[in-house]
Amino acid sequence: MTTVSMTVNGKAVSADIEPRTLLVQFLRENLRLTGTHVGCDTSQCGACVVHLDGQAVKSCTVLALSCDGATVGTIEGLASDGALHPMQEAFREHHGLQCGFCTPGMIMSAVDIVARCGHHLDEQTIREELEGNICRCTGYHNIVKAIAAGAEAMGASSPMQHAAE
Amino acid sequence: MYAFDYHRPDSLRKAASLAATVEDAKFLAGGHTLLPTMKQRLASPSALIDLNRVKELAGIELRGRTIVIGAMTRHASVEQSPEIQQALPALAELAHLIGDPQVRHRGTIGGSIANNDPAADYPAACVALGATIVTNKRKLAADEFFTGLFDTALEDGEIITKVVFPVASRAAYAKFRNPASRYALAGVFVAKRGSDIRVAVTGAGESGVFRLPEFEEALKKRFSPKSIEGLKVSPDGLIGDIHADPAYRAQLVAVMARRAVAKAAAR
Repeated sequence: MTTVSMTVNGKAVSADIEPRTLLVQFLRENLRLTGTHVGCDTSQCGACVVHLDGQAVKSCTVLALSCDGATVGTIEGLASDGALHPMQEAFREHHGLQCGFCTPGMIMSAVDIVARCGHHLDEQTIREELEGNICRCTGYHNIVKAIAAGAEAMGASSPMQHAAE
Repeated sequence: MYAFDYHRPDSLRKAASLAATVEDAKFLAGGHTLLPTMKQRLASPSALIDLNRVKELAGIELRGRTIVIGAMTRHASVEQSPEIQQALPALAELAHLIGDPQVRHRGTIGGSIANNDPAADYPAACVALGATIVTNKRKLAADEFFTGLFDTALEDGEIITKVVFPVASRAAYAKFRNPASRYALAGVFVAKRGSDIRVAVTGAGESGVFRLPEFEEALKKRFSPKSIEGLKVSPDGLIGDIHADPAYRAQLVAVMARRAVAKAAAR
């Protein structure tokens, strides 16, 4: 067992884990943050996307020990004071989900897209950037609409705060 | 995943000394090939030496007419580097075509070329540009480095530290992606440096990256897609799998070569 320490959703966490523990297992099983999902377990589907030091990564393909000292953001850390994050609100408003399994990863990727590509996203950009997230229900249409609206809303609500995410 | 020992050195020297002492260890870079391979039990090292803490291995530097990329530099950093976009846009474009955004945030150039997957993108750029692969022990020309399917000239415990790319006046990469995996079914990197013209193919060869001498000779006469219009690629030695048979890949290689030359000639 080896000790790992990191900051998850603003809180310092620490645990003794086996080296083979994946980041997604650490989040779900040690921290009980089960919003991050395991879909394919082969870095294809994107259900496990979290932010590692500000960048979207597939947490099924990162060792937890590689993240020692890092800052991790998960879907549970987006809402603040009981209010949904603008991207979450946009997914609700535009019905960007059906079964919801891919949604945490979609939203974490969407916030990352905004950080890299800005608040005014055309459909083509969103579809290309969603390359690494698979949805088996929606046909993506409403997800794309939700991300465009969420990106705009993030710009309107607090550009500085969300740019840092 | 099965259990293994884990080491996290913070310097190249420590990484090398661990490699010399720890039995049956593998280096962990971005992990986007190694970890899935271990999950499937296709690789089972008893220890991992994680290079993510070795800061001296990451970074991009423009040095005269060369671009020096540290082995632990992520694909996303290459894709987004203003220096590379300016001096060698073909390389930034290649990095942009790897996997998906999340994979590009983790995957590294050193990991990619050390693995030498026959469908990986970087080997084509290394060979076409005549890159030098620098390790903690020596310097290797790309032509000598890639020795076969998932095989390189690297010795046990040898660590790639950086890749030095000469800047080419005209270069471009054309890739036909597998629509599911985004790996290359055929990818062709063309580079012209003075009178030296190289055409390197990835995704298609059973032994990994290879050059097309006939195409190179034709392009030396005139650097234009017209020069290679009638040229065919032999399906001998090309990969045949559920995605594409050798004849189809041969056809794709010729088409990708023409597209890459058209793009490079327009630069």
